[in-house]
Amino acid sequence: MLLEVKNLKTHFYQEGLPVKAVDGISFGVGAGEVLGIVGESGSGKSTVGLSLLRLIDLPGKIVEGAINFEGIDLMQLPEKAMRNIRGAKISMIFQNPFTSLNPVFTVGDQIAETLRFHQGLSRRRSRDKTIEMLKMVHIKNPESRINSYPHQFSGGMQQRVMIAMALACNPKLLIADEPTTALDVTVQWEIIKLLRELKDNLDVSIILITHDFSVVAELCDKVAVMHNGKIVEDGNLNQVVQRPKDPYTQKLISTVPRIE
Amino acid sequence: MNQFKKNKFAIFGLVVLGLFIFLAVFANVISPYNPESIVESETQPPSLKHWFGTDEIGRDILSRVFYGSRISLTVGFVAVVIAIIIGIVFGALSGYFGGFLDTVLMRFVDVMLAFPSIFLILTIQIMLSPNIYNVMIVIGLTSWMGVARLVRGEFLTQKERQYVEAAHAIGASNLRIIFRHILPNAIAPIVVAATLGMAGAILTESALSFLGLGVQPPTPSWGNMLMDAQAYMRDAPWIAIFPGLFILLSVLSLYFVGEGLRQVFNPKE
Ligand SMILES: Nc1ncnc2c1ncn2[C@@H]1O[C@H](COP(=O)(O)OP(=O)(O)OP(=O)(O)O)[C@@H](O)[C@H]1O
Ligand SMILES: [Mg+2]
Repeated sequence: MLLEVKNLKTHFYQEGLPVKAVDGISFGVGAGEVLGIVGESGSGKSTVGLSLLRLIDLPGKIVEGAINFEGIDLMQLPEKAMRNIRGAKISMIFQNPFTSLNPVFTVGDQIAETLRFHQGLSRRRSRDKTIEMLKMVHIKNPESRINSYPHQFSGGMQQRVMIAMALACNPKLLIADEPTTALDVTVQWEIIKLLRELKDNLDVSIILITHDFSVVAELCDKVAVMHNGKIVEDGNLNQVVQRPKDPYTQKLISTVPRIE
Repeated sequence: MNQFKKNKFAIFGLVVLGLFIFLAVFANVISPYNPESIVESETQPPSLKHWFGTDEIGRDILSRVFYGSRISLTVGFVAVVIAIIIGIVFGALSGYFGGFLDTVLMRFVDVMLAFPSIFLILTIQIMLSPNIYNVMIVIGLTSWMGVARLVRGEFLTQKERQYVEAAHAIGASNLRIIFRHILPNAIAPIVVAATLGMAGAILTESALSFLGLGVQPPTPSWGNMLMDAQAYMRDAPWIAIFPGLFILLSVLSLYFVGEGLRQVFNPKE
């Protein structure tokens, strides 16, 4: 197992009372595997993703659990070592690519910066690698597009840029939090197609966070269904989709118009 | 930028500033006389030979005003740079980290603001020797609080933006996020504040020099030229008018440019 999470609990404290956003979940992701985490809004999916990178800020706190990644418990790492994991070994992309990109830097600068500070690449080498990454996510004319600002890209292109940045340092794990939700329907499927292609070509595991079972069906090997901070059902894609045991899972699947 | 071009005042301000900077840089080339040497035996009204006249001891006012712009603009610029740097550090740390650090830093800002800064400046200047370097430093050290508050407010909103979370997610450290990711997003209001702040610094320098606690004679600054002119206001008003006019124009221009930039950066207003 590349990643093994045991009994993870992340709570947010409001007026003393804990909101148990993640309430004791365990799961694993193998090398090259795609795990879908599905659930309604507020079920705690994003909190899982952020917890894995230890990016939970006050009023939230990871109160319990172990996050074993490549044999190391991330919970025991000092913050500085954790920073070397983020973006280099585990990357994360978010729902809205436009707000995730820094508006005042060109996309080329943003990708190159990641390469420079994680891998210490020179200006020229990081530029070459940036162009290579943009090619990989199928952005046309990358040599000139590196000089464009985020607002000069469409939503789908922005998400491609985010994916390129996330994968620039060859991470072992990509956490994609609702990567298609903010996009137009046709663009959504292009991004899913891209993720599938990257999964096949690269040595990267993916945790795909979504509320949409049809996205899961397109991409995932395994599924975990979350409800109120707990995993109510998990297993292989076919098993969960075709013979859901939990009533909550059945409800989620029945709301999806059609799964091919 | 088009919006800036439409603003006649801002364009006027930019042209005047450009001219003053030119005068300051090339004062040694374009001044007809040495600003510190006595070239006439008495004070003379403006003439073809001395466009701005000569002062109470017969020095060429035009040349003195040109050299004075070098002093006044340099003092204003350096003082503002000092104020901006301190303001950015205080404001950024306060706004970004919040909590106890924010409380401590902002209380310190309140204390600094509670002192009438001109008294603070006067006291420090009396204790130190009043020379041009101390003038810059003292003005800088007493005028950063507004910038700190502005930058803090800017960081409070910026740190909630998603690009900050994305920066954390690629492993950037707090300091890196503050200075590399957030600060460039806060540059616009800082530039406006710097422009307006420079106007304030030029005024403070003039006031200090006018009180004899700033740039020391015989080095000409607009402020100490005004001081020298006091006694001759009735008989030789030109001694006061020209340095006064240059102070007025420079401050006004900076305000116009600052306001123009503000409009460019906040098109909604
Ligand atoms: N910063 C925060 N402060 C307080 N409560 C929070 C915070 N972040 C999340 N929560 C709470 O944790 C719970 C889970 O939120 P989370 O964002 O993980 O859900 P989600 O499944 O990602 O939902 P969505 O589909 O809307 O993105 C919610 O009840 C939410 O109110
Ligand atoms: Mg979410």
